Amino acid sequence: MKILKLLAVMVLALTISAFTINTEGNGYKIGDIATDFSLENIDGNMVSLSDFKTAKGFIVVFTCNTCPYAVAYEDRVEALNKKYADKGYPVIAIMPNNTNVKPGDNMEAMKARAKAKGFTFPYLMDKGQKIYPQYGATKTPHIYILEKTKKGNEVKYIGAIDDNYKDASLVNEKYVENAVDALLEGNEIKVKETRAIGCSIKV
Amino acid sequence: MKWLFLVLLICVFSCKDHSSNTDTEASALTSEEVNGVLAFESDIDLKIYDYDGLEPLINKTDDKVHVVNFWATWCAPCVKELPYFEEINVKYKNNNVEVLLVSLDFPKNYETKLKPFIRSHDLKSKVVAFDDTNQNRWIPAINKNWSGAIPATIIYKGDKRKFYERSFTQEELEVEIQGFLK
Repeated sequence: MKILKLLAVMVLALTISAFTINTEGNGYKIGDIATDFSLENIDGNMVSLSDFKTAKGFIVVFTCNTCPYAVAYEDRVEALNKKYADKGYPVIAIMPNNTNVKPGDNMEAMKARAKAKGFTFPYLMDKGQKIYPQYGATKTPHIYILEKTKKGNEVKYIGAIDDNYKDASLVNEKYVENAVDALLEGNEIKVKETRAIGCSIKV
Repeated sequence: MKWLFLVLLICVFSCKDHSSNTDTEASALTSEEVNGVLAFESDIDLKIYDYDGLEPLINKTDDKVHVVNFWATWCAPCVKELPYFEEINVKYKNNNVEVLLVSLDFPKNYETKLKPFIRSHDLKSKVVAFDDTNQNRWIPAINKNWSGAIPATIIYKGDKRKFYERSFTQEELEVEIQGFLK
C-alpha cells in the first residue's frame, strides 16, 4: 500500500513537472498573487511593495539601460509614473540583468541613467536575479500591473506598454494606461495580455 | 613542452579576445569606421518588410529546410551566435538548407549600423530588415509561445516547424538542423 502511494506521488510529480515544462514559462498568469520583494534602489535604500501604504496597486516594469527597446520606452515609463503615482499606481522599475554580462546595467550606470533622465520612480536592482523568474519576465521592457487586494498584489495585466515601440506619437492603443484607468474606475480590463518585443534578460 | 604551453596560452588568449570582440562589436562601431565604409553602402540591397511582407518569407512551402533568425546589431547574444548561422548557411548549402537573417534594427540605424555590420562581418546569408511596430500582432502570429525576446529562431521544412526563444551554441544549432535533415 505504501509503495502504491509512493508510486502515485511519483506519477503526480512527474505529471506536474512535465506540465510546467510544456507550458510557456513558469511565471505569473492573470489573477495570480505576485510576490513582494526587498530590492536595492538607486538611492541605496531597500524598497518593497509593502512600503507603499497608500498605493492601490503598482506598475511593475522590468527594464534596463542597455536595451534599445527599453531606452525607446523610458520617457513613456516616466510619464506613466507622473500620471499614475498620485492616483495610487506608482511605477516600480526593476533591472533584471546580470551586470557581469551587462556592465552597462550596473548600479552606477543605473544611477547615472536615472539622474540624466530625471526618473521619479524607484529603479531597483534584482540582485541575485531571484525576482524576475518568479514573475516570469523574459525580456526588457516587460510590464506587470498589480492591484492591491485582500489576498495580496494580484496580477491584472502582463505585456507591453503600448502598440508602437518606435514612435510614441504614433501609438494607437495605450495598453497600460487603459488597464490602469479601468482599475481606477472599477471596470474590467479589456486587454489583459499583450506581447512586446524586447531584449532577452541576461543571465 | 614549453612550446606547447606557449601555443596553448596564445590560443586561450586569442580565443578570449575574439569572443569579447564579438560581444561589443555592434556598439563599438565608431562613426569614423561607419563613415569609412559608407561609400560602399549603396551596394547592399537591403529589403525592408512589415509583417505582411515578411510572412511569405517565413512560410515557404518548398522542400528546403529554412532557418530564420531574428537578431539585431545591438543584441550581444544575437551577434555572438551569428557566425553559427553563417556556418550552417555555407555547410548545408547543398543540402537544401536556407538561412534568413531578419534584422530588428531600428530604421534610423540601417545606414549607420546595419549595413556597415553586414559589410564588416561579410555576411553571406540573406539579410532582410523587419520594421513593424505592431508588436502585439506579429509576435503571436510568428509563434504563439514567443514572449517577444530576441534572439529567436524558427526552423521549418514544409509542415514541420520548431520555434526557439533562446541562444544557440554551434553544436546545439547543428543538432537542430540535423533533426530536420533526417
